[in-house]
Order: sequence, then C-alpha cells, then structure tokens
Amino acid sequence: MNFPILSSLILLPTIGALFILFSKSSSGKYQSSKYVALFISLANFLLSIYLWYVFDKNSVVFQFVENREWLSGFINYKVGIDGISILFVILTTFITPICIISVNATITNRLKDFLIAILIMETFMIGVFCSLDLVVFYLFFEAGLIPMFLIIGIWGGERRVYSAFKFFLYTLLGSVLMLVAIISIYWITGTTDVEKLYELGIKAEYQNLLWLAFFSSFAVKTPMWPVHTWLPDAHVEAPTVGSVLLAAILLKMAGYGFIRFSIGLFPIASENFTMLVYILSLIAIIYTSLVALMQEDMKKLIAYSSVAHMGFVTLGIFTMTQQGIEGSIFQMISHGLVSAALFLSVGVVYERNHTRLINKYGGLVSIMPRYAIVFMVFTLGALGLPGTTGFIGEFLILMGAFEKNILVAMIASLGVILGAAYMLWLFKRVVFGEINNQELKSMKDLKTFEIITLSALVIPILFFGFYPEPLMNSIEASVENTLNMYNFDLINNLASKD
Amino acid sequence: MENFQYILPEIFISVSIMLFLLIGVFKKNSANLIYNLSTISLVILLALIINLSSFNKIYLFNNSYLIDNLSNYMKIILVGSGIFVMLTGSRYVQVINLNKIEYPILILSCTLGMMIMISSNDLIVFYMGLELQSLALYVLASFNRDNLLSTESGLKYFVLSALSSGLLLYGCSLTYGFSESTNFDQILTNSTEFNYGTTFGIVFILVGLAFKISAVPFHMWAPDVYQGSPTSVTLFFAILPKIAALSVFIKFLYTPFANMNDQWQTIIVLISIASMIFGAVAAIGQKNLKRLIAYSSISHMGYALAGLATVSNQGIQSSITYISIYLVMNLAFFSCLFMLKRNDKYYENIEDLSGLSKKHPILSFSLLIVLFSLAGIPPLAGFFAKFYVFLAVIEQSMYFLAIVGLLATVVAAFYYLRIIKIIYFDPEKEEYETSHNLGLKITLAISTIFILAYFIYPSSITEIVSKITMI
Repeated sequence: MNFPILSSLILLPTIGALFILFSKSSSGKYQSSKYVALFISLANFLLSIYLWYVFDKNSVVFQFVENREWLSGFINYKVGIDGISILFVILTTFITPICIISVNATITNRLKDFLIAILIMETFMIGVFCSLDLVVFYLFFEAGLIPMFLIIGIWGGERRVYSAFKFFLYTLLGSVLMLVAIISIYWITGTTDVEKLYELGIKAEYQNLLWLAFFSSFAVKTPMWPVHTWLPDAHVEAPTVGSVLLAAILLKMAGYGFIRFSIGLFPIASENFTMLVYILSLIAIIYTSLVALMQEDMKKLIAYSSVAHMGFVTLGIFTMTQQGIEGSIFQMISHGLVSAALFLSVGVVYERNHTRLINKYGGLVSIMPRYAIVFMVFTLGALGLPGTTGFIGEFLILMGAFEKNILVAMIASLGVILGAAYMLWLFKRVVFGEINNQELKSMKDLKTFEIITLSALVIPILFFGFYPEPLMNSIEASVENTLNMYNFDLINNLASKD
Repeated sequence: MENFQYILPEIFISVSIMLFLLIGVFKKNSANLIYNLSTISLVILLALIINLSSFNKIYLFNNSYLIDNLSNYMKIILVGSGIFVMLTGSRYVQVINLNKIEYPILILSCTLGMMIMISSNDLIVFYMGLELQSLALYVLASFNRDNLLSTESGLKYFVLSALSSGLLLYGCSLTYGFSESTNFDQILTNSTEFNYGTTFGIVFILVGLAFKISAVPFHMWAPDVYQGSPTSVTLFFAILPKIAALSVFIKFLYTPFANMNDQWQTIIVLISIASMIFGAVAAIGQKNLKRLIAYSSISHMGYALAGLATVSNQGIQSSITYISIYLVMNLAFFSCLFMLKRNDKYYENIEDLSGLSKKHPILSFSLLIVLFSLAGIPPLAGFFAKFYVFLAVIEQSMYFLAIVGLLATVVAAFYYLRIIKIIYFDPEKEEYETSHNLGLKITLAISTIFILAYFIYPSSITEIVSKITMI
C-alpha cells in the first residue's frame, strides 16, 4: 500500500473546504456549496468503507502507517490505524454527511462558512483517531476547538457566547497539562511515537503524574463529573448539527484517548487510579441521570444523558477486561449513533415549533406518526433495549465490571434503570398524551431529507443491535493486544519490585 | 581597512541617512520620495546583510564589534520586518499627516542603532547603539505632535527610558569596575569568581534591558506608548526594539555573564513568569486594540524570556524562533488594524470590530487566524513558537515555569477569544473602506499564509536558527 490512504482521508475534507471557500455563488443561497460538501463527505465515507474492507481484522499491528519527517529530527508525522481507531474513523465519516444533509433545517445565515467549518472539523476529527504520534495527536485534538467554537458561537442560540467561551476555555485548560506531559515524555524517552513508546514503556516513577496530566485533558473532554458542566451549556446553545458533531464524535476523542494513551502508555498508573475513575464514573452515571430526570429542556436532558453514558464508557475501559473495553468501544459507537439521532430528532421539532421545552409538546404521535416511530427507536436505543446497539455496550461493560468489582457493577446497574426512566418519561411527555399546545397541530410530519438522515441512523442502530459481529470482529484483536501489553507491563513491574 | 567590508551594511545605512537628510533639506515636498527611498534602502540593506551571512564569527575593531550567526540572523529579521513596517504604514502616514521627511529618516537611524546593539561586543559600543535607537524612538513616539496622547506617550517614554538607560549605564560601570574591561569576552574571562560588584552590575543591566523589552515589572510605559503613538510607530515599537533587546539579552547573558548564570537565572525566570501572568490578566479589561496588543506583547516577551532562562542552546534557539513568529503575527495583526479605515479616520477600539465578519470576510478571517495564533492554538504558527519554548524549558526540568506559562495561555486565550467573539458573533456596524495600498495587502497576505501554513513545514525557522549556538 503506497497510496497514502489515511492522509487522503484527513485531507480530503480540507480540500473540499478550500474549494467551497474560493467558489462563488451568484444566487447567495450556496446550494452548490452544499452539494460540494455533501459529495466530498460521501466520498470520504466511501473511502473509509473501502479502508475497512481492505483492513486486516486479525492483525494487531497498526496498518496503513505513514511516517514522514515533520519537525526536523525529532517528531514525525505518523498516522496509522488499528481495529479500534478504524471504527471511530468510520463513525466520523458517517456522521459528517448526515450533518451536511441536515444543515438545511437549522442554518439560515452564512451557510457557506458553516459548511467550511464542518469539513475542517472532519479533518481534525479523523486526524485525532489516526495519529500515532503524541504531538500530532495533540495538534488535531486542540485544533478541533477552533471550528467548534465558531459553530457554537456564530450559529448558536441565545447564550451562545457564554457557552462557546466555556467550552473553549474548559477544554484548553484541560489540554495544556497534557502538552506538558507530552513534552516530558519526549525528554524522558526520546520519542513521541506511540508505537515506539509501547515498546519502550515509561518508567513507573513518572507514570502517575503523566497519567494525571493526560487524565485532566480527557476528563474534561469526556466529560466526567465534576468537569462536565460545559457540556449541557454547549449542547443547548449549539445548533442541531453542532450538537450532533459534539455528542457523536468529539466526546469520543477522550474515550479513545483513554484506551490508546492512558492504558497503553501508563499501565501502572492506570492500575493505581482505577478506583478514582470508578468513583467518578459512578457519580457521573447516578448523579447526571438524576439531573437528567429533572430537565425541562430536551437538549439539556440528552446532554446529561450523554454524560451518564460516557460514565459507562470510562467505567468499562478501566475494568481492564476484554468485555469491559470492547463494551466501552461499542458503547461509544452506539452513543455516537443514538445521541446524533436524538439531537437530530429534537432538531426536527425545534425547527417546526421553535422551542425545546418538554412541556410545550405532547401528543405528537397523532400529528407526526412517522416521527414518533423513529423517535421511539432512538429512545429505546438510548435506554439500552436488547436489539439495539445500546444494549450490547452496556451489557458488556456491566459484565466486565461484575468480574472486577461487584459493588461498582451493582451501582452502575442502577444507572441503567435511571436511564430507562428519564428516556421513557421524555418520550411519554413528548409523543404521547393529549395535545395541549394548539400550535402543534400545524406541524408537518418528516420531510424527505429528514427521513433520509434519520433512517440512515435507524438502520445501523438496529442492525448492529441484532448483529454486532462485524464491529466486534474489528476491535477484538486490538483490544486483546492492548490488554496483553497492559498485563505484561504490570507483571514486569511487580517482578522488578521484588 | 579590509575590515570595512564586514560593516558595509552599517556604512551603507549611515550614508543613506545623511543623503536623505540632505535631499530632504534641499528639495521641497520630498517626503514621499524619501519614504520610498528609505524603503528601497532597507531592501538593499537586507541584501547586504544576507550577503555577509556566510561569515561565521568575525571580530572587528579591536574585538568591540562582532559579526556572528546570532547577529546576522537578528539583523535579517530586524531589517526584514523594518521593510514590512514601511510598506504597511505608507498610506497611514499620509492620511494622518505624518508624512514628513524626518519620519523615515528616524526609522532608518533607529534601525542603525539597533544593528549596532545587535553586533556590539563591548559595553561602550553597545550603549552607543542603544542611545541612538532610544533617541530616535522618543521622537517617533511623539511624532503626531498635534495629538495629546502621542505627545504624552513620547514624554513618558522619554522620562522612563532615560531612567532605565541611567540604571543600565550604572550597571555597565559597575561591571567595568569589577571586571576591569568593557569588552564582553574580556569580562567573561575576568569574572570567574563571584563578587557582589558584578552581581549588582548584572542586576542593573538586566533592569535596563527588561525595560527595553517591556517585561514586568518594567512594563509601565508600554500600554501608554502603544496607545498614544501613531499606529505605524506602534507597529515599529511592537517588533523592532523587541528583536534588538532580545538579541542583546542573549548576548549579555551568554557572553559576559555566562559564568554567572546561577546569579541571573532566577531573575529571568521571575521576570518571565511575572510577564506571562501580568500580560494575560491585564489585557482582559482593555478596550483599545493597541493597548491590548501592548499587554499581549508583554506576555509574549515573557515566553521569549522563558527560553533564555533555560541556559541551553535549545532555549536560546527557541526564544529566537519565538520572536521570529511573534513578529509575523504582529505584522499581520497591525495590517488588519490599518485596514479599519473609514473616511480618512482609523479605528482602533475593540468595539469597532463588531460584526466585521459579515461585510469583510477575508479581513475577519485573517484576524481570526492571527488571534488564534497569538493565543497559541494549534495548528497555527503561534502554537509552534510556544511548543519550542516549552520543549526547551521542560528539557531543563523547569516544570513550574512550563505549567505557569501554559496556564497563562489559557487566561490569555480569553481576551483573544473576546475579540473573535466581537468580530464573529456580534451585530454588524458600518462598513469600512476596502481599497488599501498594495504593500498593506501583500503584507497581510504573506503573514497570514505564513501563520496558517507554518505547520506544513514547521522546521523552516528552527533549521536556520539551529546554527546559533552560544554555549
């Protein structure tokens, strides 16, 4: 494979963005820009599917590796994927075209700039999941702040400025410590190349501090309790498409980072801090689920449910069991699809009625039957009903947790019940019941493009819910390898102490 | 006599200054002509310096003058940015009626003074260069003499700068008294043992230099002078004296006082931390863009000094890289400022940027890039500048400095974001003029593309700078 397929995946959206930037539209409607963006993002999606097709699922080494000299002499531009990252790449390329199709509904001004921002964002997101060098990773990880800040700030709701600032500063504050850690790793080991670092290992005495520095960044991005407060604000104020990107992909960067870097590079520290992560995850699961129950605003409710779901993810990762980590990855993919779908569904009614308050709705089932059906699928996906992707993720995570710590697993199971409670209650209040608000009667059922986007999400949620094998196949070998390395390092460390 | 070929640039610029002065006196209304001639002479000067840059280390005039990699590189970026300062400001000086013959001549003599500073290898030569540039700067700061703020800033700068020059001179005399020489290399060999005299000398000299570079706690003049001076002079202030002062900093710390690094390292670390924090915090409440950029430059100088505090070649190189990227960002920022013109009036308050993005997408995009770069967000050039500095700082295990510095970037990010918020999120105001002079447009385009595309080949500056070794 000489063709730099990963770099093409990363660069293609940027090229599309540049094309849109320099093209002129006489009508001022930028319909053509939209088609260009859609075309580019679909091409990227097909490319990533092709990548999945040629990807060797049984191999544990990184594939399609590209290694170029970049910062002369010491840091290389290195990208490559394994069974874990490829799923996130595909998730990204899958969600982006959906976002671009749904742009119509929510974005009225500066469509062209918006499309550019989304495409640039896609470049950075794919870059995060592909990079095999800490500095390159940091670059993509941080760069994503710029387009997201603009998306929230320019096209957001009333309190968009506050939310955009909060989002930006929280994430930046978390990340700068990671930069210190990355540079320290360079001086400790002489490289920032992830593959080499896996081989070399980092001395036990440094691991705790470095782990904490990485944790500060990932915890904000995940987001974990108590630094999750930026997320509800950002979600509520962001335009629908922004929320979709944020929930479906941006939050996954941190979970991916935990698996790739925290566990991969600092196994001893990860073991030391397992309890901390358990406690924070449990608080996230129980506390934010309770908070979600009491929300009046649909988007805020889903945002809090995201925090709870990500709590499951961090819990699963740090069980350090095959089931737990596989479940976490599955849960991230599932949450990427389900939360994207839920935000789009909220967007559908918001666009028609211009309010997100739950008590303004009710009885939608008689006005918008098709909408009620898809919304039901997503609700069930979010609460983890068997047959949807949500179930498999949560089930595996709980299985992993039971293996390690029964008490933790039991408390986490409570979260599943609470999750069902707030999602079903939301569904009941919005879709069933009497039509109290007369304005609702004029609402039309789903338009064509909404049917396209929503059914594009229904299909994988149900398909992988019944038949998770393709996804599981892809991650199995890589997760096993990660765990083997992890256990190997731990045993070595114990041996060296004796 | 053959020595003179090495100082051909200095001779050339001195002769040009005198010639232009004569032309200015004898030819009426020659302000434009001299402005253009000065720009051309700066270009020729740059060519002359580049021509000399192959020489590695040449001592001249009884070891009092030194041409080496450091001085060559610093002179190149000094004169290079001087050219862009002239290009961007040409319309501005006409519009606000600064177009007098003295203006370009003062800029040239200031540049000459800085070149002497950069190449000096002797306390007396150094002080001569310093005073030449300072005197020119006093006049430049108050050049818009009908404007109250400009006059005030000139006077303020004069009084404070004279005080700092006095301290510096006192430091020089102490150093001379205790090390028995004014020559930098001689001071180094004579000051192998610790003594209080030289330590005091170092402190006074550092105070004087910290004033020139506007590092906390000697920064008081910067906001007022930045705001009061005509914008073209502010741009000059923001770049050229900083380059000269930084290279003198490197020279002093790593030639005459190289053995005393246990004495000065803490001072530099403290100055650096104070500048980073103060610059970031104080800029938050500012309303005037020039004043804001003054505080921003204070904090940027903190980062540049952090590299010097490491006592390593890596650190020196990172500081030089930092200042090189810093000057490009400033050029871009001020080019944007020059474009905020409506009916022959220039606007310089943050509020004037309100909703700029709707009518001026390209200008706003450039500002966006520049501001995110100043904040140090990847993948823009400003990130790499900070990255190199922190790479050097952490190599020396100075974690406290690194963490404080990075936390200060988060605070600083807030006020850069505030400007971006005003440009992109706020309701629009009146349109600005869109016709600008070519030099301004070219400068903005070059500097923005540099900032934006730096990540493609991020070793471009480091490779050149890596030749500069002081230890």
